[in-house]
Amino acid sequence: MVTEFGHFALVLAFCVAIIQMVVPMWGAYRRDARLMAVAEPAATLQFVLTALAFGALTYAFVTSDFSLRLVVLNSHSAKPMLYKISGTWGNHEGSMLLWVLIVTLFGAMAAWFGGNLPPTLRARVLSVQSAIGVAFFAFILFTSNPFLRLAVPPFDGQDLNPLLQDPGLAFHPPFLYLGYVGLSMAFSFAVAALIEGRVDAAWGRWVRPWTLAAWVFLTIGIALGSWWAYYELGWGGFWFWDPVENASFMPWLLAAALLHSAIVVEKREVLKSWTILLAILAFGFSLTGTFIVRSGLLTSVHAFANDPERGVFILAILAFFTGGALTLFSIRASAMEAKGVFSVVSRESALVANNILLAVSCFVVFVGTMWPLVAEMLFDRKLSVGAPFFDAAFPPFMLILGIILPVGAMLPWKRARLGRAVHSLRFAFVLALAIAGLVWAMQSGRSLLGPVGVFLAAWIVAGAAVDLWSRTGRGGSVARLFRLPRADWGRAVAHGGLGLTMLGICGLTAWQTEDIRVAQIGVPFEVGGYEFTLSDVRRAQGPNYLATQGVVDVRKNGRQVSVLTPEKRVYPVAQMPTTEAAIDYNLARDVYVVIGDPQQDGGWAVRVYIKPLTNWIWIGCGLMSLGGLLSLSDRRFRVAAGARKPRAGAVPAE
Amino acid sequence: MRRLAFLLWLVLAAPALALDPSEMLADPELEARARALDHDIRCVKCQSEVVASSNADWAKDARRQIRELISDGASDAEVKQWFLDRYGEFVLMNPPKSGSTLALWLAGPAMLLTALLLGGAYIRRRAHAEDPAGDTALSEAEEARLREILKD
Repeated sequence: MVTEFGHFALVLAFCVAIIQMVVPMWGAYRRDARLMAVAEPAATLQFVLTALAFGALTYAFVTSDFSLRLVVLNSHSAKPMLYKISGTWGNHEGSMLLWVLIVTLFGAMAAWFGGNLPPTLRARVLSVQSAIGVAFFAFILFTSNPFLRLAVPPFDGQDLNPLLQDPGLAFHPPFLYLGYVGLSMAFSFAVAALIEGRVDAAWGRWVRPWTLAAWVFLTIGIALGSWWAYYELGWGGFWFWDPVENASFMPWLLAAALLHSAIVVEKREVLKSWTILLAILAFGFSLTGTFIVRSGLLTSVHAFANDPERGVFILAILAFFTGGALTLFSIRASAMEAKGVFSVVSRESALVANNILLAVSCFVVFVGTMWPLVAEMLFDRKLSVGAPFFDAAFPPFMLILGIILPVGAMLPWKRARLGRAVHSLRFAFVLALAIAGLVWAMQSGRSLLGPVGVFLAAWIVAGAAVDLWSRTGRGGSVARLFRLPRADWGRAVAHGGLGLTMLGICGLTAWQTEDIRVAQIGVPFEVGGYEFTLSDVRRAQGPNYLATQGVVDVRKNGRQVSVLTPEKRVYPVAQMPTTEAAIDYNLARDVYVVIGDPQQDGGWAVRVYIKPLTNWIWIGCGLMSLGGLLSLSDRRFRVAAGARKPRAGAVPAE
Repeated sequence: MRRLAFLLWLVLAAPALALDPSEMLADPELEARARALDHDIRCVKCQSEVVASSNADWAKDARRQIRELISDGASDAEVKQWFLDRYGEFVLMNPPKSGSTLALWLAGPAMLLTALLLGGAYIRRRAHAEDPAGDTALSEAEEARLREILKD
């Protein structure tokens, strides 16, 4: 009953979405306030109906209703509750429903907080947003309906892929979707502005919080995914340049570019058409990501619905929205006249450089991801483009970005003197150079990567500190530091976070130690200054798995550091093994232990990794997100988003 | 039930975990080279995975083959060539810098150059543009509205 109710609510939401797509757009064209006013209640209604449908599906998963095809395929009665809930979106159909739920959520928020928008712009934004909703409602209802019943329900389900039964991965997709779909708001604003034919400072201010929120969610989603890969896949890799990872990384890069260029639009009324183009492309890449995951076009470990029919449907959606928006852009872009004037050395120029580097690095990732397809179609060559290509082609851009970032952030608008910014950053530079030199001297003749990473991190973090301090004015004081606008803090924190992430990536890549060996029970062995003893191997049983659990005693200079219990699990229902690494986390290094197979002549295969500085990767991502949130909570956005009274909770999309 | 669980455990708990110590070469220097090569050869049976991290049988065989070739004195390039001859370019994670693939390697730098030229030209144009003060893009009512918003 609940299932039919959910199904019905979904169909109804589809109908409301169609109305919201057509009527307000017509109303805006006719300047008819009554027709435009349809948008607001429709957006709310659409969201409520979709939430009910999603709730119904979640209910089916929670109560293990095995008359539902989707539940049978992706759940099991013995599964822990958390994974019953996360199983709702741990599959193609459910994740699409979550996707469209978020589309309607953003639409509803634009309706709730958009009181300050000019009425025609608001009507058009909501209409475009609803058009995106219509496309995905149709996709769900016609090709991937989650509410299909089985004529003969089985006694139990086939369980969720065990790799997905993990807290990190339970929340990875929702955050990623919030990010992907958040970019749909920037897209809707861009298309609405193109239809209106006007982009001004106010537009820049309206579009920025949505972009910022989307970028924050993407950052969290990507970080969760990479952290999950790190501890779950059993060899401690955090990024593999897999097509699907790239698909989430490209929108992240473009969103980062977009939220910087929107500042320029807001403050200086230049870079308008470029910002519009970025908004279109950023969402275009989000759709491309969805397309890649669900079409099976590119082979990837993530693909979970390799169905050409669905692929073609999403390709059509992608072609319609990006193609349509780009056509509109080519017709209207010339109307976006730049206003501000700035000299060659200025913050505007620095932000142009930022945008060039981010957009070109995104282009490199895009070309690398798509090249196997291009090569096969044009040159009849079947080849792979893997990590070695990206490791060589991508980092140079980040290196340049890292070097110019602190200088660019210090430059004032309009006209700047380079010498002045460099002068105030001289201590940061010397400090970074000194630390990097020290590291270089301490490491024994290995690659440049480590010291370069340390230099960049110190330079960016110290630069962010100098930037923040300089805002307090001449003879700044600590008290004044805390009265700075939150946007200033947000900028410094996010930039510092980027530096720390670079530190973690370079440190891990340059200095990690790997040891694979046969460990006899009770016989200690040494790796990277630590002494390891496999003291026991035992059997353990979880709610829906069986495990082989090793007990590894870790000591340093005779003192016990930790007792680690790596596991090898088998999920009988899903018939799938997983490895559960045991990790001793620490800011300086991670000790990472994995247990393997029993050996023929006694002992167990054991892998041990010492991974220096790894946690800074995710601490950095956390700080980037925090910086974004701080900036999002800045007063002027609360005002611009339409909340007249500065309430704490009135931030859009938080 | 417990018996059944134990039997299941015996049967299913066998899957291999990528590189096994029994596969490794005794000489640490050769083994280090083999590990590096493990990351350059793609597991052709898997989806976008290198043989270093894959549990598939094919990857296991590939790792063994790499070590056999190295033990016989093959250079890194010769090992890659061995795989290239048998499985085609698909098996190499790093596309060769030759022929049409050169375009892939040059795409990034070429795009950067283009972007820098365009961006530079744009900045120069802005630097020499007239400041269009007094432009009436906003109507009076809109100006008032904007002032009200910004004041808040």
